[in-house]
Amino acid sequence: MSQLTPDRQRQMLRQMLTIRRFEERASEGFRAGEIYGVVHAYSGEEAVAVGVCATLTDRDKIISNHRGHGHCIAKGADLDRMMAELFGRADGYCKGKGGSMHIADFKIGMLGANGIVAGGISIITGAGLAAQMDGEGAVAVGFFGDGASNAGPFHESINIAAGWKLPVVYVCENNQWAVNVPAAESVPTPNVADRAAGYGIPGVIVDGNDVFAVYEAAAAAVARARAGEGPTLIEAKTYRHRPHTERIDQPDARPKEEVARWLEPDRDPIPRLIARLQAQQGQLSDQELAEMEAAVQADIARAVAFAKASPFPTLASALDDVFAA
Amino acid sequence: MTQTQTRTLSYNDAIIEGIAEEMRRDPQIFHMSTEAPGPLAAEFGMPRVRQTPIAESALTGMAIGAAGAGYRPIVDWRLVTFCFVAMDQIVNQAAKIHYMFGGQTTFPIVFRTTVGGGARRAAQHSQSPYSMFMQLTGLKLALPSTPADAKGLIKTAIRDNNPVVFFEAGRIGGMTGPVPAGDVAIPFGQADIKRAGADVTIVALAWMVHEALAAAEELAAVGISAEVIDPRTLAPLDIATIRASVLKTGHLALADEAPPNASATADIAARIAEDPEAFAALKAPIARISGLEAPIPYSPALEDHVFPGRQRIVERVRALLGR
Repeated sequence: MSQLTPDRQRQMLRQMLTIRRFEERASEGFRAGEIYGVVHAYSGEEAVAVGVCATLTDRDKIISNHRGHGHCIAKGADLDRMMAELFGRADGYCKGKGGSMHIADFKIGMLGANGIVAGGISIITGAGLAAQMDGEGAVAVGFFGDGASNAGPFHESINIAAGWKLPVVYVCENNQWAVNVPAAESVPTPNVADRAAGYGIPGVIVDGNDVFAVYEAAAAAVARARAGEGPTLIEAKTYRHRPHTERIDQPDARPKEEVARWLEPDRDPIPRLIARLQAQQGQLSDQELAEMEAAVQADIARAVAFAKASPFPTLASALDDVFAA
Repeated sequence: MTQTQTRTLSYNDAIIEGIAEEMRRDPQIFHMSTEAPGPLAAEFGMPRVRQTPIAESALTGMAIGAAGAGYRPIVDWRLVTFCFVAMDQIVNQAAKIHYMFGGQTTFPIVFRTTVGGGARRAAQHSQSPYSMFMQLTGLKLALPSTPADAKGLIKTAIRDNNPVVFFEAGRIGGMTGPVPAGDVAIPFGQADIKRAGADVTIVALAWMVHEALAAAEELAAVGISAEVIDPRTLAPLDIATIRASVLKTGHLALADEAPPNASATADIAARIAEDPEAFAALKAPIARISGLEAPIPYSPALEDHVFPGRQRIVERVRALLGR
């Protein structure tokens, strides 16, 4: 962490807190009927998105999956436009066309959340090919889960990226459950990262709830990619705090004791980071933490107000953007 | 207008010439295929002409990612058969990505692919499934039937800012014809009247355009004047040209080697039947000449029976007109 100044470390905490509070508000909005369709909360996995994106710049690209809010926020997306999109409003990132599963911000290199498990992996590989042809040292990072690592696009894409030495970092967020299928029963190797050996690339296992460990693993993979040495597969071991979706009738096969254990402060990535920062003299006082929490809450409240003030899209806009000009 | 020089080229060579001209013009265009086309590889080489692993799903997704990052990829799936493993990327991603993200950026991609039967390759390698793609709002679909159209339409496909599926008719890949030299792009959504006529409108696709033209010769011999129209692009579809022809002739026949169920001919027939004026102009029911509803069989005796041809067109049109 020598590269990370105390300010930067506090910023990372603030981003993680922002993701958590955003997800709490999104879940609340979903239950209240303000947000429609489906919400997949990223709570519990914040350290992965924030640790990885801290190694990137705007010219680097990321792609996300159905659980995409955290990746958007970590890459620097605007909370107001995100919330407006969830509320289905005209000022949302996608003008109300996408919703929770399809938020993108191409200006900051966020190539979109994606409703198809493994659907983004080959798309981000193409962005990596573009970065290689540009020759300016940019990288592409794909976020996906343990479930996606069982699907074809994961294998086809990594095979090509390895063969062509594309500047891609594949980040598997192993939250241990693909909806209700445990990774232990669906991934035949002990670790997802073990699969990297089949493609002759590094497979790195990291504690996905330790933001600095994630940062260091990502920094090494990004440096390798920028240097033209090819892709890396990072497996961040983590856990989602919420069921697969926020639906009230969403079945959750996970043992209650297992979920409860991961919610405890010694595993939850946010209390872990707070404890770590507070253990270092002068890094984060109780007052600073309280101020940060208040500022994050204010950001979320402002985003909700922005969303509610935004109109629903005009009916004529249903036929806008079917084709590009 | 400048005088345009024409040469005789094959359908396949015309497409390659069109791609090469566009690649010279725009350095953001690159081509990926499991077999790199020789002339393109020789002229442009790596990294713009890539030979790839057999991984159509990944290549299709990679084209989307590269397009979103500012490139204009061309992916040749080769036989249309091979793109079905990439259906998630085609249906869920390419067709919807511009709309789903609120039009934030464009995805200029050409997916080349070969359709049609006649090569004795049996069920998996003889398909014409373009109507499946017609359901996918967000894709443009081209289906040229002549070398000149093939060159003009591939250039437009490459310049379009949307994903385009460019269907190449395998049966006529070696067919030669006059092709304009240089920069002659054919706009999408403009059907071409391949033969003017007064008594019946025959709308035909790809190889069947040539069978319809041959049928029109035979029909002329019995006093029936057939107008043959090639839509050239199925999305956008130039229904106006077909409609105008039907208003003139009062008879509509549609010829395609794909089976009739949920087909391009079904869609065109429905659009004409829905149009009050066109419907009123029809003097007889709409006739469709299609492949039989069966997977394509291997044996030449069977394959030639399953696909329609000029004879079936002549018979149906004569029955339609009662002459």
